[in-house]
This record gives sequence, structure tokens and C-alpha cells, in this order.
Amino acid sequence: MSVPFSQDRIADVMDRALEVKGRSLWDDALRRLIRNRAALVSMAILCLIALAAVVGPFFLAYDYSFQDYTIVSCAPDWWPDPAVLCHAGGSHWFGTDSVGRDLLVRTLFGARVSLAVGLIATLVSLVIGVSYGATAGYLGGRVDELMMRFVDVLYSIPYIFLVIILMVIFNRNFFLLFIAIGAVEWLTMARIVRGQTLSLKQKEFVEAARAGGVDSFAIITRHIIPNVFGPVIVYVTLTVPASILAESFLSFLGLGIQEPLTSWGVLIKDGADQMETAPWMLLFPATFMAITLFCFNFIGDGLRDALDPKDR
Amino acid sequence: MFSYAFRRLLGAIPTLFVIITLSFFMMRLAPGGPFDNQRNLPPEIKHNIEAAYDLDKPVWQQYFIYLGKLAHGDLGPSFKTKDFTVTELIAAGLPVTTKIGVSAIVLAVIVGLLLGTFAALRQNRWIDYSVMSGAMLGITIPTFVMAPILTLAFGVYGVSLFGLDLSLPVAGWNNGALRNMILPVIVLALPQIAYIARLTRGSMVEVLHSNYVRTARAKGLSSTMIVTRHALRAAILPLVSYLGPAVAGILTGSLVVEQLFAIPGIGRYFVQGALNRDYTLVMGVLIYYATIVILLNLLADLLYAVLDPRVRYAK
Repeated sequence: MSVPFSQDRIADVMDRALEVKGRSLWDDALRRLIRNRAALVSMAILCLIALAAVVGPFFLAYDYSFQDYTIVSCAPDWWPDPAVLCHAGGSHWFGTDSVGRDLLVRTLFGARVSLAVGLIATLVSLVIGVSYGATAGYLGGRVDELMMRFVDVLYSIPYIFLVIILMVIFNRNFFLLFIAIGAVEWLTMARIVRGQTLSLKQKEFVEAARAGGVDSFAIITRHIIPNVFGPVIVYVTLTVPASILAESFLSFLGLGIQEPLTSWGVLIKDGADQMETAPWMLLFPATFMAITLFCFNFIGDGLRDALDPKDR
Repeated sequence: MFSYAFRRLLGAIPTLFVIITLSFFMMRLAPGGPFDNQRNLPPEIKHNIEAAYDLDKPVWQQYFIYLGKLAHGDLGPSFKTKDFTVTELIAAGLPVTTKIGVSAIVLAVIVGLLLGTFAALRQNRWIDYSVMSGAMLGITIPTFVMAPILTLAFGVYGVSLFGLDLSLPVAGWNNGALRNMILPVIVLALPQIAYIARLTRGSMVEVLHSNYVRTARAKGLSSTMIVTRHALRAAILPLVSYLGPAVAGILTGSLVVEQLFAIPGIGRYFVQGALNRDYTLVMGVLIYYATIVILLNLLADLLYAVLDPRVRYAK
């Protein structure tokens, strides 16, 4: 019987271990994410919607602001209810709205605006939140206390009201809307990043790095930020739908995107006004928006499970 | 306990102060005064109007005048609704908003708790899955989509179930008649039901796996007894801290619901004020809302301490 841990055997194992390609945290997370059906399907659907929103309007026969007063509030040809007042005909697959604009192109155009708001606002919140949170967490002490106290104060304001006031004061500026939503969404991000940074600062591997003579900047960029990234990316996928929702909410109240530009919120508002006579005007934008929100939520859940498998 | 409450109350004052200051200066930053859009007034008259509203004084002076009045509960006159002060408008809308808001919260807590508990007791069975998918639906579908859909179903088409006429009024307040309240309250409560069900299920599952529940089961207590007397008490705790966010959610939702169902509450004044650029009204409502949310967060923390003896606030 051979000795289990002979010198040769150990060398052999070491050699083989070197041949095996190591898997990083992210490789593992990616594999787990791909195994998650719901998240994968959601990603595919989202890509389709985004693609349709970006290129779709170029291929459709109608302009998003072109009004055809001969087909006002008309149902699409395939609409099952025969009692509708008129059929739009042609290639108006989603019917037309109350001033005779093609609803399909408007829904896709609304998708552009809504997705853009979601992404840009999230980006704004990401930049503010991560830098603010990391600074507070890294500096610690009194500065941290003061900075987080400020976040607490802002937290206690029902934020949508703050955005409404910003919109009122700055007269429904399109770009301000993006920034205003992002500027309110960063609070949670800052809290998450700060909490993570605080606990990471105490971790052995950071201590080891410090003991090894790595400077602060390298510690933050090489050790802290990559580890903060996990929770942050999960939160990002949840901030996008939250921003889309916030924009639609404002537009629904008439305080967001203004005509002839459109977003899902504007379309849903128009649809809600006309739902007795033209339910398709509510149905299509609402369905698109609901599907998008669902997809983002599933992806967020999937990412969380993938990055934090002990939670399952 | 009392000293903690007192300290927290003192802590809320600077928070409120920041909100008031922020909103005041945002209001003054706004391009154009409230009386710019009216017919070309002779300069003397315009001057007199501005003097009446203290708009001719320097901004810092206006700020202290506003603070002074606020300390007396005076939020100033509404710039657009003639002959009404902001306080009067809020007082008019308050009972209405409170009525639907409180009903919605009560409904949400009862239904959410029940659903969450059932889901937890049948963990990973079909009841659990259907409740949780329903909750996902309730959380993702925003109020302003849910409200028209429900109105369409129950208001316009008047769904009837088992020969029972379930048609409900589409809009209007009718002095708070029950039939008029059903749809708005349900719409307001749905997202909160979803959140509460999720929260309850999560904490309930955890509690049901804990040692003392196993002990209770080993003692031979009935399942109902275990759930109502032992598990629910612990499982309810996360719900308490959700109280503040829930109220904020209901207040936000009431903007849409009051608008859609034509209910004369504060939320409607807020939206109307925002659309008409009635700055004082909008600021007044904001300050009012912020106060409520802050106070409820405080209340939630205190309640938490009462319910959970492990939480001690004495420093």
C-alpha cells in the first residue's frame, strides 16, 4: 500500500491543479445565471424589446407623430370584438390612437424613451451612489456619519414628490427628468456600497493586501470595488425598472414627457382615458411595460441567486 | 424607551428643517414668479400684490417669514386657488385621503398577512407558488395600470360572479360611500398586499424552522396554536419596519388613485397644484407628507422595541 501523501503524489496533484483552469467568482456566477431559465428567457425578451425599440420605427410605414384624421381611435384589423367603431386597416397592427397616430410605432417609440430613461437614470444613480457610498465607507468616522445622515434626511422624503417638484420648477425639461430620477435613486445605492465597503475594510484579504504594502488606491480599485460590484449589479437591475416606473408615473400624471414625444406612461394615460371605446390603446403599452418590468425583476433575482448562492 | 422616543423626535426636527429649507429655496429658484403669467398688470398693482405676499423682500427675509408662519401652522395662501390658504386646502382633503389610505393599509395588512402565512405553511407547494407569483405580479404592475384595468372590469363591463352583480362606480367620491371606496382602496392596497405577503412568507419560513417552534411542535401543540401564538409574533416583526415605506407607497399611490377616480383628497390637490405651478400648495403638501412619513418611521421603530424585547434602545 502506498503512502497517501508521498512527495511524488503531492507533486503530481500540484501539476494537475496547475493544468485545471481556475474559475473566478464571475465565471461561476455566469454559469449559475445561464442555468436560471427565467433570467435567461427574460434577457432574451428584453433584448428583443430593446432591438424592436431601437430599429423598429425605421422599418415601420408610419411616423410616430403623423396624424391621420380619417382613422381616429381605430381598432387593428384583427381585433376580435366586432362592435368597434372602425378598423384602422393597412399595417396598423396595434390600431391607432385618439388623433390617428399608429400605435405600434408609438409604443416602440415610447419603449425607446422609457428604456433610455431607465438606463440613463440608473447610470446617474450608479455614479453618484458608488462614489458617495465608497467615500463615506472608506473614510469612516465623523465624515461617514455626516454623509449618511444626509442620506437619511433625503430618504425620509417620499422621493417621487421631490421629482414632481423638480419637474414643476424646471418646466418638464426632458433631460432634467433623467437626471432628477437618477439623482433620487442613488440613495439606496450609496447605502449598499457604504455598508459593503465598511465590512470589506475589515476583511482579512484587505488586511493582507495592506500588510503586503499595497497602497489605498489599489486596495479600493483592486480589492474593494470588485467585491462591491456583486450587490451593486443586482441593485442596478432593480433600479432600471424602478426608474422606468418613476418616469411612467410622472408622465401618467402629465408631469413627465410631453407630446408629441411619448413614453409608456403617456400612452397608458391616453389609453386609460379611452379604455371604454378603445381598450387596445391601454392594452399594448401596458403589456409592453409589464413584460419589461417583469424581465428586469427576474434578471435581478437571477443575478442575486447567481452571485450569492448560499442564499438558495 | 421614552428617552429614546424623545431623542428620535428631536432628531426628526433637523430632518424636517432640511426638507423645508430645500423646498423653500427650490420654490424660489423656479423661473418666473407666480403672478407673471397673468394679464399685464400696471406696475403699481403688481408691486402691491407682491408686497401682500412678501415677494418684494429679499429671499433670506422671505425664508424667515415663511419659517415663522410655518411655526404657527400657516403654510401661506394658495397662489392659484383664490381665497384659500394651503392649510385650508389640506384640511379639506385630509379626511378623504386618510379614509382611503387607512382602509388600504388595514386591508393590505390583513390580506397580506394571511396570504404570506398560508404560503409559508405550504412552502414549495402550489399555494406557495401561486401566492408568490401573484405577489410578483402585484409588485411589478404599477398602480396606474392596475387601476384602469380594474375599472374596466368592474366599472365599465360590470363583471358578475355567480349571478351576483359586482359592478362598481367608475369614479366619484359621493361623500365616501362604501361602493365608491371599494375600487380605489383595492387599487391602493394591491401592491402593499404583495409586499406584505412576500415579507411575511420570508420571515414565517425562517421562524417555522427555528428551534422554539420545533420545541412547541414536540410538546404536541396544534399547528394553529403554533402559528398564532408562537410563530406569528416573531414573523410579524419585519412587517413593523415596513410600516413607514408602506405609508409612503400609499401616499404615492394616492396621487394616481385620487386623480383617476376623481377623489377630492390631498393627492389630487398636489397634482393639480403641480400642473398649475401653485408653488405654495405643492410645498405645503410636501412638508406635510414628509412629516407624516418621518413620524410613522419613528412610530415603527418604537413599536419594534415594544414587540421585540431583544431590541433595547438605551445607549
